[in-house]
Amino acid sequence: MMADILHIELGRRYHFAASHRLHSVKLTEEENRRIYGKCNNAYGHGHNYTVEVRLSGAVDPATGMISNVADLDAFVNEQVIEPFDHRSLQDEVSAFRVTVPTTENLCMEIFERLKAFPHAKLESVRVVETSNNSFEYAGD
Amino acid sequence: MVYLTRKLEFSASHLYHNPALSAEENRRIFGKCNNPHGHGHNYTLEVTIAGEPDPVTGMVLDLKELKEILEREITQRMDHRFLNYEVAELKGQIPTCENVARVIWNLLEPKIPQGHLHRVRLYESSDLFADCYRNGSKGTV
Repeated sequence: MMADILHIELGRRYHFAASHRLHSVKLTEEENRRIYGKCNNAYGHGHNYTVEVRLSGAVDPATGMISNVADLDAFVNEQVIEPFDHRSLQDEVSAFRVTVPTTENLCMEIFERLKAFPHAKLESVRVVETSNNSFEYAGD
Repeated sequence: MVYLTRKLEFSASHLYHNPALSAEENRRIFGKCNNPHGHGHNYTLEVTIAGEPDPVTGMVLDLKELKEILEREITQRMDHRFLNYEVAELKGQIPTCENVARVIWNLLEPKIPQGHLHRVRLYESSDLFADCYRNGSKGTV
């Protein structure tokens, strides 16, 4: 068995839908409109987000798993899906009251929330905002 | 370095059961996957080869050759099979995505004639996959 010389990761994808508005309190109304364009629409707009989580760790020979997927699902549901799904990010998630809910910032916030997962090491979080845009953060 | 990826699909059944654990523990840990009759998936495998393009052919590895290796080593061995009972390399292991990806790595790595195996990504469904790399060579791709 070559297990010790291989690096194995478990990847899991989750889905949630949320609205956001890109508007920075550090910019004027005119600058906000210019920089964020349609995304600055005062009423916001929404996306179907996909969150791809990758974890590494030893594969437990008794279970064949880096982490039980059920444990990971429960953790991600509690930390990310429940608080974000069908929400307005800047109005209902305290991290985005001031920080602009761009998908860069969303990706980093999700990483911060998931890095405490106790059963494996969080390698990376990738957030797909639309089929044309995705963002990835590995904690550095 | 250039990274070349070839995809293939196969369908197989499996079940998760560790005979060293009690029936109750097996049900608790593996849930539905412990159903003794098994269940199946459409697996998608992505195999990534890293290397420098040959100056004459412009190829890292001839895709036809890679396709034949994948057909011989993976499709013939795993497609429309019950992984627990019909794939010798998985004997004694729980055929999770992690373990099947590792078996696939070990089958393919010595067979790659040009370039080298960089990553094996095995999707059990569109929302669950395992990646396998040689330790220390994960890099950015």
